[in-house]
Amino acid sequence: MSHFFTYAILTATVATALGLATPFLLAALGETIGQRSGVINLGVDGIMLLSAFATYYTALQTGNLFFAILVGMGVGVVMGVVTAFISVTLKAEQGISGIGIYLFGLGFSDLLFIKLVGTPLPISSLNPINIPLLDRIPAVGNMFFKQTILVYLAFLLVPVVTFMLNRTTFGMKIRASGENPAAADSVGVNVARIRWQAVLIGCTLAGLAGASLLLFDGIFQENLTQSEGFIAVALVYFGAWRPTGVMGGSVLYGLAIAVVLSWKSLGIIPLSASDLAATAPAVITVLALLTVARRFRQPAALGKPYERGG
Amino acid sequence: MSRASSLVADTWKDRRRFLLSWFALPFSLVAALLLGAVMMLALGANPITGYNALIVGAFDGSYALGSTAVEAAPLLLVAVGICVAFRANVFNIGGEGQLAMGGLASSATALALPHLPSIALIPLVLLAGAAGGALWGAIPGAFKAYFNVNEILSTIMLNLVAVQVMNWLLAGPMVDKTQNSTYGLIPETRLLPKASWLPIIVPNTQLHLGVLIAVVVAVGVWVLLYRTSFGFRVQAVGLSRDASKYAGMPVKRTMTLAMTISGAMCGLGGALLVFGSISHRMVTDGSLTGFTGSDGFNGIVVALFGALNPLWSIISAFLFGGLIVGGDALQVATGVPADMVTALEGLVVVFVVSLEYMRRRSRATSLGPPGRSRGRPPQVAEPVPPLVAAGERSDP
Repeated sequence: MSHFFTYAILTATVATALGLATPFLLAALGETIGQRSGVINLGVDGIMLLSAFATYYTALQTGNLFFAILVGMGVGVVMGVVTAFISVTLKAEQGISGIGIYLFGLGFSDLLFIKLVGTPLPISSLNPINIPLLDRIPAVGNMFFKQTILVYLAFLLVPVVTFMLNRTTFGMKIRASGENPAAADSVGVNVARIRWQAVLIGCTLAGLAGASLLLFDGIFQENLTQSEGFIAVALVYFGAWRPTGVMGGSVLYGLAIAVVLSWKSLGIIPLSASDLAATAPAVITVLALLTVARRFRQPAALGKPYERGG
Repeated sequence: MSRASSLVADTWKDRRRFLLSWFALPFSLVAALLLGAVMMLALGANPITGYNALIVGAFDGSYALGSTAVEAAPLLLVAVGICVAFRANVFNIGGEGQLAMGGLASSATALALPHLPSIALIPLVLLAGAAGGALWGAIPGAFKAYFNVNEILSTIMLNLVAVQVMNWLLAGPMVDKTQNSTYGLIPETRLLPKASWLPIIVPNTQLHLGVLIAVVVAVGVWVLLYRTSFGFRVQAVGLSRDASKYAGMPVKRTMTLAMTISGAMCGLGGALLVFGSISHRMVTDGSLTGFTGSDGFNGIVVALFGALNPLWSIISAFLFGGLIVGGDALQVATGVPADMVTALEGLVVVFVVSLEYMRRRSRATSLGPPGRSRGRPPQVAEPVPPLVAAGERSDP
């Protein structure tokens, strides 16, 4: 145990945790926006898989990581159009259509991977960016200010999304569409359009989440996400539909994974029990859902397609 | 609108309703297959060769049919479980975890009782599988019923717990310690006692007793849902929680029980996966899919395609089992990876739910505009499968 509480390992664990938390955070922030507008998108995991593959393939072909990230986001936008069309325009049952999107993403990403790439090759990873001055703060610098651009971006998005939801007209309209679409409609808010926009933003962030996961791992494989997209949806509930809460949940999840990894490599927990320790985040999340369900209320119209006079 | 024209409009609406209800499901499958053909063309494969190989691989000859039936059996059990949960308006997407827990519980039972004869051991392992799955279904069910925890999230989280428990058990307490391996032990159980193997019922095929059991269970669940007061309560709770409560039904207990049964079905499916497998061991590659082959999700597709009816699910499971078995033949014939089948299943789901909305809407409108009677009694629509709105719930 004493090995763990050393300066180097503690800072490295926290730094890794933030990197691990980034895909969760990006996807969960996107899902938060969508859910606040009343649309539950369970296809996040499939979208992340597709965009992760697109990022991987583009990076392999061009070697340009920023272009690859853009392509990953582009895939998110395309899937956003599909999701919004199904959930908002066709008013399908969102829980089930999301499973359809997930299965499609799972199958199609692996299909393309086997067909187009075959043998997996690693790609170069994003270089960490040191924030001048801040990176020299002892401990804190190593933990927080030597990260990749995507990590900074994800955490900067937390205040941005909070501001957008709470302080802008667009955010008001999103929340109104999620709480009481009929009332929003009666004062001239185009509920369908607002939901389309919210879903598109959400899926774009899911695409970015897939790209960030891929760049963190540096290689693609079948079912790369291992349900991370579903966890992101759970983190939205965990964070009670607030961006800061979602950030807390994502960091907690990242930390739990990083700690288990580091304890495993240090031999603090025997290899055989590391699988059991890895259940901790999921168990914590279920317990957190218990309290969230009692203390917070979800957007009133979540998952309910809106119909005039219906 | 004149009376005549409204009658015409009415007939048209009725026809549309008819078309949607009877053709929506096959249409979804055909549309998905057509999109699949486009995918194959884009990947430089001949779709006719591909689908031909798929159909031959799945349905041509007794061996292929046997393999399809074997693939379909756990799918059917998951689908039947999904039917029960969905009918109660509880959305069980924890099939993967429930399959794994069922597989683990049944394997542990077989390993613990190696000397029992088949006649006692097989029912015991199947019951153990059902019990393992039931536990994994009861937890989210009770959380949903009593604490209003979203079951989609809790089932996903329990999937994540199940995969780690599975990896731990198969690499630790349940691992085959007699393996002759230089690179560390493979996470798998030792060969399960021969008395626990599901006997082959048609010689020269893989068709085992589990297929028969799955069909019998499906029929049994149909009886449970449509011919018993419990089934009536499940459907009532699914259609309106408030009305059921008002009618004095034990809403929370019914929801918990529905999820428990749903989990038990999946757990039984997990037992079939182990004892009907060719290796007769439980093996993990570190992921749930490695054991389940995504049956927990595929079962949702099967149930939807079977209109959430256990009897229709039998046909549906056979079809999708064929799709999965034929997928390998497709890969051999055209080089298009078998993952295409998973993508196709996703498309089927998307089409089914998209059309489902139109079906419901045409039902609603065909009752006629409000406030105007044409002498037709206001018919009570037969219970439309309560495809769950994920976020929809009554007050805690």
